[in-house]
Amino acid sequence: MDMTGEYRIPAARETVWRALNDPEILKQCIPGCETVEKVSDTEFTARVAVAVGPVKAKFNGRVTLTDLQPPESYTISGEGQGGVAGFGKGSANVRLEAEAPIMTVLRYTAQATVGGKLAQIGARLVDATARKLADEFFSRFASVVAAPAEPGAAAPEPVATPAETVSTETPTAAAAPARPALAPVVWIPLLIAVIGILLWLVTR
Amino acid sequence: MAPRDDGIGASVRRKEDFRFLTGRGMYTDDINRPGQLSAYILRSPYPHAELVRIDTSKAAQAKGVVAVFTGADMAKDNVGGLPCGWLIKFKDGSPMKEPPHPPLAQGRVRYVGDQVAVVIAETREAARDAAELIDVEYKPLPAIATIDDAIKPGAAQIWDIAPGNTCYDWELGDKGAVDTAFKKAHKVAKIELVNNRLIPNAMEPRAALGDFDPASGDYTLYTTSQNPHVIRLLMGAFVLHIPESKLRVFAPDVGGGFGSKIYHYAEEAIVTWAAGKVKRPVKWTADRSESFMSDAHGRDHVTRAELALDKDGKFLALRVSTLANLGAYLSTFSTCIPTYLYATLLAGVYTTPAIYCEVRAVFTNTVPVDAYRGAGRPEATYLLERLVDVAARETNMDRVEIRRRNFIPNDAFPYQTPVALQYDSGNYHATLDQALKAADWAGFEKRRAEAKARGKLRGIGVSTYIEACGIAPSNIAGALGARAGLFETAEVRVHPTGTVTVFTGCHSHGQGHETTYAQLVAEGLGIPIENVEVVHGDTAKIPFGMGTYGSRSLAVGGTAIVKAMDKVIKKGKKIAAHLLEAAEADIEFKDGKFAVAGTDKSKAFGEISLAAYVPHNYPLEELEPGLDETAFYDPKNFTFPAGCHIAEVEVDPDTGVTQLVKFTAVDDVGRVINPMIVEGQVHGGVAQGIGQALLERCVYDSNGQLLSGSMMDYTMPRADDLPPISVATHTTLCTHNPLGVKGCGEVGSIGSPPAVINAIVDALSPLGVRDISMPATPQRVWQAIQGAQTRQAAE
Repeated sequence: MDMTGEYRIPAARETVWRALNDPEILKQCIPGCETVEKVSDTEFTARVAVAVGPVKAKFNGRVTLTDLQPPESYTISGEGQGGVAGFGKGSANVRLEAEAPIMTVLRYTAQATVGGKLAQIGARLVDATARKLADEFFSRFASVVAAPAEPGAAAPEPVATPAETVSTETPTAAAAPARPALAPVVWIPLLIAVIGILLWLVTR
Repeated sequence: MAPRDDGIGASVRRKEDFRFLTGRGMYTDDINRPGQLSAYILRSPYPHAELVRIDTSKAAQAKGVVAVFTGADMAKDNVGGLPCGWLIKFKDGSPMKEPPHPPLAQGRVRYVGDQVAVVIAETREAARDAAELIDVEYKPLPAIATIDDAIKPGAAQIWDIAPGNTCYDWELGDKGAVDTAFKKAHKVAKIELVNNRLIPNAMEPRAALGDFDPASGDYTLYTTSQNPHVIRLLMGAFVLHIPESKLRVFAPDVGGGFGSKIYHYAEEAIVTWAAGKVKRPVKWTADRSESFMSDAHGRDHVTRAELALDKDGKFLALRVSTLANLGAYLSTFSTCIPTYLYATLLAGVYTTPAIYCEVRAVFTNTVPVDAYRGAGRPEATYLLERLVDVAARETNMDRVEIRRRNFIPNDAFPYQTPVALQYDSGNYHATLDQALKAADWAGFEKRRAEAKARGKLRGIGVSTYIEACGIAPSNIAGALGARAGLFETAEVRVHPTGTVTVFTGCHSHGQGHETTYAQLVAEGLGIPIENVEVVHGDTAKIPFGMGTYGSRSLAVGGTAIVKAMDKVIKKGKKIAAHLLEAAEADIEFKDGKFAVAGTDKSKAFGEISLAAYVPHNYPLEELEPGLDETAFYDPKNFTFPAGCHIAEVEVDPDTGVTQLVKFTAVDDVGRVINPMIVEGQVHGGVAQGIGQALLERCVYDSNGQLLSGSMMDYTMPRADDLPPISVATHTTLCTHNPLGVKGCGEVGSIGSPPAVINAIVDALSPLGVRDISMPATPQRVWQAIQGAQTRQAAE
């Protein structure tokens, strides 16, 4: 399956870039996320609880960043091997464009494939579930990243805003999606999480 | 004397149903042997990949695991490949490309589901868990999912020995005569169509249990097979090199086959071989997902055809070009289905004097394709009956009239077609007339108008089909490339008290042989049906037989029983002559009695059998004791069931939903032994044909992943999809078997799909719709309606 999309985030490009690379922010925004760890500058692991249909399960995923051109673009990819159940893998090219000092356009093209029993039984669930979860992520991400107080004051530190601060904001107030779209940075880990759940489902 | 209520022509209730309906059937998975282990087969998730490395060490050490084997282990033991049973030749006479088919993949996997490794463990769960621990490094290769992709220039190559992914490019018929006829044509009707790929989905998934007796060195394979002797021959001689005398194959109750259980599958060889390796019984049972990706699929043709007509609507010539998908490997009978079971049927019930058909069969990275209920004949029938409707439109003729005008006349039999077959008997006008009457064809326009008032598009479609059953004779089939005999056997063993056990080489997996055969014997030997037992499926008990496929069980297997009974009666007469002190020539056998003609002296059947086994007063010098006879029967020709199917539909133009309102089948299946069983067989076949026409479609994505791989995505027909099905027969007797029978197992799935599609096209024709593809799902029908409306608006 191929997906493309773009999203306008009311924050400076640098801020968005750092947020995309910040484990704490990702943890807050990924639905069901328990941990996100930065293994290296280009590698994350995550533990996510995801529900597919009636089944909830926890999944460990790993994604890798390549072709890093901060703060403009990178490629994010991940792969889940399920042995007897098949495999899933995906990658996305992400580009950030500064449209205005505090308005960033995120564009991505993503491809994902599933194989084996997973494609046989779960292919259509992967798509729908990944979209739903990614939509959830996105509205959270937009509210977290949209700088409410001092949008221009991007500190050199990561914009790791504590969750309490975030909760005071009006969700999605600043987010104005041009059309329904997903942020690939989450789409990939979520995809892998969804695949993990499905792998677990189909091998039961 | 009144006809028997348990003999030929009686609707005897099926003897086997008691055990089936009360859950007492004995299927392969019900069989458990002491010390039995479970096998789990690791299958490839990639449609096409190099097997770079397989590390089974972790799995081998997992709890409960006894052994893990890969293709390399089988190669070390010199295990052979799964053989293909029919050699087809290219147009130039060179043999088809026949790639190896190892039971466990060697070096490369070629479809999603291809067998990579097997785990043998104490329990099914342990085997499954351990399979997760097998570390396989795949190097994915470009994959081919469809016929179109396979034949593209520069397409990925699945087999080095098969350039262009072509297994064979074959032809039948007189090309020159066809070309000449087309030049003289008044009109030419053309069609392009797809015969959709189907997944058989027998109710019982496949299973196999291998057993090895270290004391005797004997192997036993319990398996879900339609033909245990064929499996014994192929697996013993070609794959595992086990002498047939040391190999028993037993196919107990089997829950449906529809062709998919004819073939010798890898799992059968794997469990039998593994049982010998680990010296314990090994069982494998497919789950439903595995069935979807490992049972041979059916159909999958893309065809272009042209029919030349003269000014009176007479067919002058037919030209057909077909591409057939064989999947990644050659399944047992895959190669003959799109050739000798397809092109030979293209005359249909018509007098078309010249026919030419070319078939290019291709490899793809999909599950192997083989026979599925009808096997080649549904493909031929669908093509022909759709094309005849197109011809009717092109010539402005009535659909029924154009058929009548081209029917082979009743006095033309035996009729030699231009595509090798010789039809022995038939009356196509009679089945057509009977069906038109039963379907109230004449009153249809009134119903169409009534439906229109309700906002529905009503249509009616007809199909006048023929098919060929009981492939034969062996020597001709052999000359055409068959690598097996095509006879059938039966042993009629009369016990001392006059009860009878019939051992048949055919196999029953839903057809009701235990009843139909018992009726034959009850009638033939004049004994109560309760005194007849039918045994099938066990090579340790039955004589060498070819099994059940192609609606052959009665025409070939039943005839073998009749031949064996003839021998029993002949010997019985000798015994009776001795006991009654009469000349053998004066003994008549009738109604279960051996009587001296013209006298009241007689001996009951049981008295004769007792004398045979207690030969105190017996002509021992001239006659062996016992009453137990075996016959092998190799037919002189195919049989040719034919008939007429009529479908009536209503389409909702807003949703595209097609409702089948009524279905009428009038079939000529030759003499009917059990009308109730025939009706059931036609019902089942029609249901499958309707499934193909309206619902079923196997879908691979462009990467070669099977998407319609579960009941969620692959739509089987359900009770509420089916209309009332009116079934009737009109009999002309087969001229070359003693019962006059033709076969009824496949007529339903052969005749029905074009009737349904012709009906839908008829319903949509007022909108200008000319074609609709199978399956005619609501989406496709709706799109066709939208497309037609857009076109009309543009004009």
